Amino acid sequence: MSTTTGSAAETADKQAAPGTAKSPAAGPSKRRPDGRRRSMGVQNAAGWLFSTPFLVLFTVFMAFPIVATLVMSFTDFGLRNVTDPLSAKFIGFDNYTHLFSDDKFIKSLFNTAYFVVVGVPLTILLGLVVAVLLNNGIDRARTFFRIGFYAPVVTTIVAVAVVWRFVLDPSDGLIAGLFSEVGLTAPDFLGSTKLAMPSMIAMAVWRNMGTVMVLFIAGLQAIPTDVREAAKLDGAGAWQEFRRITVPLLRPTMLYATIITTIGYLNVFEEPFVMTQGGPSDSTLTVSLDMYREGFNFFHMGYASAMAYVLFVVIMGITVLQLRLLKDNTK
Amino acid sequence: MLSAGLLVMSAPFLWMALSAFKTNAELGASPPVWIPTEWTLSHFSELLDKLNLPLYFMNSVIVAVLVTVCNLVFCSMLGYALAKLKFTGRDKVFALVLGALMVPGNLMLLPLFVLMSKLHLIDTYAGLVLPFAAGAFGVFLMRQFMQSIPDELLEAARMDGAREWYIFWRIVMPLVKPALATLSIITFLGSWNNFVWPLIATNDPDKYTLPVALATFATDPNQSAGSNGMLMAGSLLVVLPVLLLFAVLQRHFTQGVATAGLK
Repeated sequence: MSTTTGSAAETADKQAAPGTAKSPAAGPSKRRPDGRRRSMGVQNAAGWLFSTPFLVLFTVFMAFPIVATLVMSFTDFGLRNVTDPLSAKFIGFDNYTHLFSDDKFIKSLFNTAYFVVVGVPLTILLGLVVAVLLNNGIDRARTFFRIGFYAPVVTTIVAVAVVWRFVLDPSDGLIAGLFSEVGLTAPDFLGSTKLAMPSMIAMAVWRNMGTVMVLFIAGLQAIPTDVREAAKLDGAGAWQEFRRITVPLLRPTMLYATIITTIGYLNVFEEPFVMTQGGPSDSTLTVSLDMYREGFNFFHMGYASAMAYVLFVVIMGITVLQLRLLKDNTK
Repeated sequence: MLSAGLLVMSAPFLWMALSAFKTNAELGASPPVWIPTEWTLSHFSELLDKLNLPLYFMNSVIVAVLVTVCNLVFCSMLGYALAKLKFTGRDKVFALVLGALMVPGNLMLLPLFVLMSKLHLIDTYAGLVLPFAAGAFGVFLMRQFMQSIPDELLEAARMDGAREWYIFWRIVMPLVKPALATLSIITFLGSWNNFVWPLIATNDPDKYTLPVALATFATDPNQSAGSNGMLMAGSLLVVLPVLLLFAVLQRHFTQGVATAGLK
């Protein structure tokens, strides 16, 4: 029954087609309506078929683990549960209440905040400065400079950390050598509870500045030249042009760069893992490193899951806050 | 000013590269010696005796190539669907991709490890590849590029009776070759440099990737004690291929980062 009506409708459509196709009022589509209808059905099926591989992988390796972490955070999940997950016991909010009376965790939260609060503005500022200089200056050497500033981003963090450990070594490191040349003794950067974190921040800024720089260069190149020229004609100096034109027009880039840098720094793990293992006396222990240790060294996986979720909630909260603050400022 | 900045930026790399060839006496010299007076390869040979670098190199290559190929195919497929196919639920799928971009990877580590243990995929290439076989970033990037393909072109092919798979594979994919190059480099380097997951998903040293092998070596005081030379040689060998690849293809790479950042 329904097939008959379907084909009847298609015939009717076909007859109407030549008129619609020629008329400019028919809208953007130049297809015959029957073609469009068949294509709609096909596109619907194809759309889902093309989405399937990603969605399957996403479900198994992302959605499921995200939910599982949440469930695990309410259990006493431990080593024996790796082979027998279902025997883990629900213990309510115990992991979470335990977390906030755990001095080590509080310390790791504080360390992570320190890393973000000092590291993010430095990274953004230096990335912006280099981008502006590169955008205005020398054309020929631009590629060369770009590679130089971006190289730290594309190299393995492990190798970078090994090199920095060597650079910062108090007895025969590069910086110790520079100190001794002017007659000073270099401090033990990574062995000092006060200096270990700033050293790590310096390394992170060195390493991540390139990403921010590339984003800003792209943003700068998207600013139409006539806007700049108009400003110059109106007598704007370089600083005024930067403040009144460049900075406002770079806001979206600034927002994006700030958010991804913040998220990255809140997750900081590799740097302390390879350089200090969190020491000395937990002064570089970050939330991610603490979580890794609790989960994979001590197999307190339920507890580590709770940590992961606290960090996740903090990241979401800060991202939303940044979106609000930085967006409102544009008006 | 920029040149001074560049010098500061590259100093650690130069220091690493030169130190790998210094004798132990010059490595510990104060004030520091930049250019070795006596070049030596002993750190490299000593390192190769202790670490099976060719094996770790191959592991890294295999994993990175598999991850890259999977991403090219799967991300392009979904990118095409999101950019060019009208299907019910498309907006929801896109929202999912955007959401996935924001979730920190560390959140998934613990259950992922349990899942992989249950599936007996610890210490296998599959275990290293599968969690990274399709990334939201790649989907986003491919969608951005594919949106610029004119709809008329695809409509014409459809009118000629071409199937969607044919259109995707024979018409769209060749048109987005630059984007595919961009995604390949970003994915390959990302996988090459990945550290946390390979660290967790391998126990057998024969399955270590380069960064894991180097980190294990660097943080084990019994093995690497006192040999900064060996560590520098190792770091140089890990970093050099990546730096060369990047220097040659940097245009594609930075373009990809910029494209995803602008929208």
